[in-house]
Amino acid sequence: MRIRAQIAMVLNLDKCIGCHTCSVTCKNVWTSREGIEYAWFNNVETKPGIGYPKDWENQKRWNGGWVRKRSGKIEPKIGSKWRVLAKIFANPDLPEIDDYYEPFTFDYEHLQKAPELSAFPTARPRSLITGERMEKIEWGPNWEEILGGEFAKRSQDHNFEGVQKEIYGQFENTFMMYLPRLCEHCLNPACVAACPSGAIYKREEDGIVLIDQDKCRGWRMCVSGCPYKKIYYNWSSGKSEKCIFCYPRIEAGQPTVCSETCVGRIRYLGVVLYDADRIEEAASVPNEQDLYEAQLRIFMNPNDDAVIAQARADGVPEAWLEAARRSPIWKMAMEWKIAFPLHPEYRTLPMVWYVPPLSPIQSAAQAGKIGHDKEMPDVRSLRIPIRYLANLLTAGKEEPVVQGLERMLAMRAYMRSKTIDGVIDDNIAKRVGLTGLAIEDMYQTMAIANYEDRFVIPTSHREVNEDAYDLRGSCGFTFGNGCSGGTTEANLFGTPKRAKTPMEVM
Amino acid sequence: MREFINQVVFGWYPYLCLTVFLVVSWLRFDREQYTWRSGSSQLLRRRQLMWGSNLFHIGILVIFLGHFVGLLTPIRVFDALGISHGAKQWMAIILGGVAGIMCLIGMTLLVHRRLFDRRIRKTSSFGDIAVLLLLYAQLLLGLATIPVSLGHLDGHEMVKFMTWAQGILTLQPSVSALILDTHPIFKAHLFLGMTIFLVFPFTRLVHVWSAPIWYLGRRGYQVVRSTRPKGTGRPRPSTVPAE
Repeated sequence: MRIRAQIAMVLNLDKCIGCHTCSVTCKNVWTSREGIEYAWFNNVETKPGIGYPKDWENQKRWNGGWVRKRSGKIEPKIGSKWRVLAKIFANPDLPEIDDYYEPFTFDYEHLQKAPELSAFPTARPRSLITGERMEKIEWGPNWEEILGGEFAKRSQDHNFEGVQKEIYGQFENTFMMYLPRLCEHCLNPACVAACPSGAIYKREEDGIVLIDQDKCRGWRMCVSGCPYKKIYYNWSSGKSEKCIFCYPRIEAGQPTVCSETCVGRIRYLGVVLYDADRIEEAASVPNEQDLYEAQLRIFMNPNDDAVIAQARADGVPEAWLEAARRSPIWKMAMEWKIAFPLHPEYRTLPMVWYVPPLSPIQSAAQAGKIGHDKEMPDVRSLRIPIRYLANLLTAGKEEPVVQGLERMLAMRAYMRSKTIDGVIDDNIAKRVGLTGLAIEDMYQTMAIANYEDRFVIPTSHREVNEDAYDLRGSCGFTFGNGCSGGTTEANLFGTPKRAKTPMEVM
Repeated sequence: MREFINQVVFGWYPYLCLTVFLVVSWLRFDREQYTWRSGSSQLLRRRQLMWGSNLFHIGILVIFLGHFVGLLTPIRVFDALGISHGAKQWMAIILGGVAGIMCLIGMTLLVHRRLFDRRIRKTSSFGDIAVLLLLYAQLLLGLATIPVSLGHLDGHEMVKFMTWAQGILTLQPSVSALILDTHPIFKAHLFLGMTIFLVFPFTRLVHVWSAPIWYLGRRGYQVVRSTRPKGTGRPRPSTVPAE
């Protein structure tokens, strides 16, 4: 047993209103630079839909994630190390920018500078890559917003596997949900494994996965390796970039920008302890549907004395152990079992988890015939097919998702009974395997969702981890080269003087 | 005068090129590593790159290795192995010819893509275009030496160039005299070749230094870094090749 700690995230999809505040604040802070305009470290997809980049969940096409070989060992789906190197000159598994979208702006200036015309001046689109006029915009970062486009196209969504999707094409049977996505900061990241330069690494202290911008050589294998397509190649700097989990904020004990600005209060951040010695074992279980439980098994109980002792021996600071005991992530994933990993079948052991959304009771045609299980409606009569959610969150295994949804319905029933009828009905809690006390806690965490309940983030403990004396007079967060911005003004080395670092932007 | 120019170009210029090549590469790696990358444009346009880049890279790697081994292996080694000068000349022509044609096809695709694809053209720096055209010209010159070489298949011209290259690297600038009476195509090829070394560290070519063959030797797949100081029982800044 070797204990490491990670700041993990849970998103409560039941409360996501699809406002894109997370995406926009993230973009303003991190990716409003040339070369990376098309990239959204955080984006919100309307599901069902093919997503961003197009069809990202189709690993038969993109070859992201890991595969388990007949020997029981896992290797990246793009291939063993030899195969990765053989693809280095031209990578057959790399999306083209049109699979994301061609970034564009509008000729806003024209609105102010146009001479007097018989027609109103308009701001027409212009490509941010070539600077040329774009006559028609064919695709954008959020093209399928609120079920935009035809069902025929959206139904290419990979999560429809095993669902009779024809039924859901009809208006009265349609359903939708939002899926905010960011880097999963996996325990077994495929991007790290695919990087030939060794530039991508997982931080031991807080589990954040970062790309060393100095060491990245732009071989772009990570883009293919990551099954979530959450690594973006900056076409201007020639380096890959990804969500950095706002590590400067996390180190200071603050939530990430996307979490901080979430108006629906759907995001939770907290410490999870895991056994680093059993990562490979958990990622290699034979049956894909067991991956969710396998991952639960390597999350270590912060209240267990043996775990605490080992964590101390492995250098996890005391404040982190305390935070782990109060972690909302631990409660949602382990105690209540209402949060699930996104596509565990990729075998990356992702660390950004999701609470599946409840949805209205199935169509009016079935009204009156709804399967009621005493006071609670049967979760299988909810509009979003269970199988669809299971394909998204548990590799198609329905039982855990059913239990999660039932517990959320139970929370509502219990609280309704308590506040409207004035009756504390412990039977509701018992029926879903919880206690009244647990449900009250769930209610406090998930419905009230106070700031301090959502974000339990210990500051990083540099005093034990680093020799601060070495760091005196250094420059904080820069893009390389100590205090210089990474590139000098008079650039001898042929990069166009265009790329702006996040530091310059800020 | 002719001798003097020959002395400057083939006796002194190589040292300028090699010095700049090594010193500037080192400086850039040390000071400007953020600019050190392959500069792939595949994201912007896949078309023509799949065939173009593969053919170009495989071709040029064979050509590079051929030149490296062919020019810098002392001729005594070939003699000891029983490979006659004529046979070596034939090997060079055939191997170089095949790889050269591969490279030519690939590079023609890449040059076309670079110059006429709007996306690629607009996002190319001067250096990106210049270095590609430089390599293209050098390749054409190299292929143009083949008919000349067919004129002297005993390999004595080839041995001159070997002696010259090895002489330059062993600090004998006087070997430039050997080049004086060779065919102008060879001279142009040599001059452009040295010039490529000269501009190398200022362009995206630096990614050649970083060919990631070490990846094959990585233990396991995962990389974990820690800020933990040395001496606390665990490696740092470590790439703990766990898992």
